[in-house]
Amino acid sequence: MNQYIEVFIDESKEHLQAINDHLLTLEKNPRDLTIVNEIFRSAHTLKGMSATMGYQDLSDLTHKMENVLDAVRNEQLLVDEGVLDIVFHAVDDLEAMVLDIVDGGDGERNVEEAVRMLEAVESGGQQSPKTTTSAGNERKPELFLDDYTKNVIKMAEESGSHPLLVHTHLRNDCLLKAARVYMIFEVLEQAGEVVHAAPPVESLENEEFESSFTVLLITQESAEGIKTAIEKVSEVDYVHVEPFKEKETQPPEGPQVQSQAEISDESAQKTKKSTPRGRTIRVNIERLDALMNLFEELVIDRGRLEQISSDLAHQDLQETVEHMTRTSSDLQSIILNMRMVPVEQVFNRFPRMVRQLSKDLHKRLELTISGAETELDRTVIDEIGDPLVHLIRNAVDHGIESPEVRESKGKPAVGQIELKAYHSGNHVFIEITDDGAGIDRTKVAGKAVKNQLVTQEQAETMSDSQVFDLIMESGFSTADQISDISGRGVGLDVVKSTIESLGGIITIESEYGEGSRFSIQLPLTLSIISVMLVEVQKETYAIPLSSIIETAVVKKEDLMNAHNRKVMDFRGRVIPLIFLTELLQVPVELEEKDDYSVVIVRRGEKMAALVVHSFIGQQEVVLKSLGDYLSGAFAISGATILGDGQVALILDSNALIK
Amino acid sequence: MTEQKEHTQKVIVFQIQDEEYTLPVQTVGSIERMVPITRVPGAQPFVKGVINLRGVVTPVIDLRERFGFEPFPETEQTRIITVTVADMNVGLIVDAANDVLDLENDAVEPPPEVVGTVEADYIQGVANVEGRLFILLNLEKVLAEEDVLHLERMHG
Repeated sequence: MNQYIEVFIDESKEHLQAINDHLLTLEKNPRDLTIVNEIFRSAHTLKGMSATMGYQDLSDLTHKMENVLDAVRNEQLLVDEGVLDIVFHAVDDLEAMVLDIVDGGDGERNVEEAVRMLEAVESGGQQSPKTTTSAGNERKPELFLDDYTKNVIKMAEESGSHPLLVHTHLRNDCLLKAARVYMIFEVLEQAGEVVHAAPPVESLENEEFESSFTVLLITQESAEGIKTAIEKVSEVDYVHVEPFKEKETQPPEGPQVQSQAEISDESAQKTKKSTPRGRTIRVNIERLDALMNLFEELVIDRGRLEQISSDLAHQDLQETVEHMTRTSSDLQSIILNMRMVPVEQVFNRFPRMVRQLSKDLHKRLELTISGAETELDRTVIDEIGDPLVHLIRNAVDHGIESPEVRESKGKPAVGQIELKAYHSGNHVFIEITDDGAGIDRTKVAGKAVKNQLVTQEQAETMSDSQVFDLIMESGFSTADQISDISGRGVGLDVVKSTIESLGGIITIESEYGEGSRFSIQLPLTLSIISVMLVEVQKETYAIPLSSIIETAVVKKEDLMNAHNRKVMDFRGRVIPLIFLTELLQVPVELEEKDDYSVVIVRRGEKMAALVVHSFIGQQEVVLKSLGDYLSGAFAISGATILGDGQVALILDSNALIK
Repeated sequence: MTEQKEHTQKVIVFQIQDEEYTLPVQTVGSIERMVPITRVPGAQPFVKGVINLRGVVTPVIDLRERFGFEPFPETEQTRIITVTVADMNVGLIVDAANDVLDLENDAVEPPPEVVGTVEADYIQGVANVEGRLFILLNLEKVLAEEDVLHLERMHG
């Protein structure tokens, strides 16, 4: 049972997400019935699944929602904001129920409110004028044939067969529609060849149709004979058979029929697309984590073996170890790839959130998302959701102004928020841009002085970006009024610390009055990183390769002094030297040399040269935390275990460059 | 059996200087011989650094220095006792560890207050058993975090 629940939960979530996404698209194109059909499909599957699993409330509510959607689909009901709000409300309830099941609950919930509203909409909808459908007489779906089918018909006509349009209506209380469809097709296929069906055959077999369907049959039998044969199948209400004429295949004018045709087209494509999906399997995340942990152990042992084999200088051993190293690098990239998930998983909840926020705050907003397919390590994905929620809420609440204010400033009334993700080098960038009020430098500086984060003199000499960084210091909130949306105690400082704990960086750009941009730089993966091992006196440290520009050896006499600090020239730029021996308080055991070995690192635009004693080399290492007890140690982002079994600390060059 | 549990507790006995200290057995993970320690810059002097404990990076504390005794060169007897407190794994360097004992709860007394000595809040109590004096440690206090890192000072 348990394994089914997992599948059920996964799939329910997917379907609910699909419903959410499609509802939002529908809101933009309320006339597009293709979307309604998509929503209907998801809702229908969800209903079936939850009924099978015995979640009655879930199934009931989905059923009610389906009714409303059906009314929309049959154009008995017009999509407007009121209808959408109610459907969204129902989806919220459904989500809550699924979450309850995730937490081990029984998925029961008082959904009377949602049901009552849905019923009101449904009955209201049926009373509304329905011009397109006259009661008792089913509309005959039009067929839209592709060139191939047309050719088949043409050839059939040449060989003496004729095309017939068979319109079958099953009784409304028919229970096993798929079985009846099967039986009818059995009859039809004995008589001739079915070249087209609306809805498509796949949908018919999955009972994804109301009660009637139309097929195009090429046969030598008479229309009357076919009609009698089908009527022998039980639970068939009535059959209508007519000769098929080519002109009907022309998509007639009018948006309604057009969309009908698109529906069948779309669903046919969908079913085709879904076939290759069978080649993936679902794997429990815990298993992937276990695999990763085991692999990390292997990487440590690999390092050890490399060292032993180079010490022993045994050729066979060396070759074997080299081969193992290559194989395990391949293995590593595969495992890391398996853990990569598209950032879409996090992004897809934002459109709903922004919609709700804009309603709550009476602001008009448009959210554009790009790069949702960008992939990130699962561990990063798990952590990045909350900070992003916070930043988006922040942009909506503090960034975007109310429509009146915007208009008075000569901006469009609708505020724009852009969420963008992209790859660059070994990093993934996520940017949140708004065209709102921007950050008021004077206000931020004033508040920082008041809260004693900086002195008045410091505030005056700080650059804009330094001032903006202040809003991410703890205990800083710029909102004039504390609203429900943001500013409930946890602030941007939490966002900053979360991102930094992921090995990322957050930067703020802002133009007062024009908008702000929060950029987050994240590492692709957290667990295995490439580092440069260096020796400082007799201690070994690891510097992440991602922050290294290059290594160099500089002569003492080439160094310069600037304001009592040693600096060096690096390709025309003056960069400061950081003496790791002093900074890390390493016990001095070696004599000073005449030249310095330096590792030039960067953080954003800034650079610094770290003075070390020798370079050991480049290595892939497994990043380990220092443990809760020492977490937060200055300039150390973690530790790793070297080939000889010893622990080396990983330097955090972000902390070294101020 | 449950009766007994309430009256006695199993403790690990270890030596520092000439004194005998005890820790409840359930807090102790393992007792290790000395291994190379990697220094962590910016930590208090009694935090000796981190070790590789079967693949887990574990911080170690020199209890001698934590308790303000003179440093003592490492010997064959020196051990690292790994303990778990509040979900943290920490190693404690001690002069020797060689005994497990059932301690009567009745034998435990509050730490004696002596004028002129440093108040040590990490001592939970003392027990006098057949002429041997055992000092019961309060691990949380021994590991009190505010003592461990003085990061702010390093930043300044």
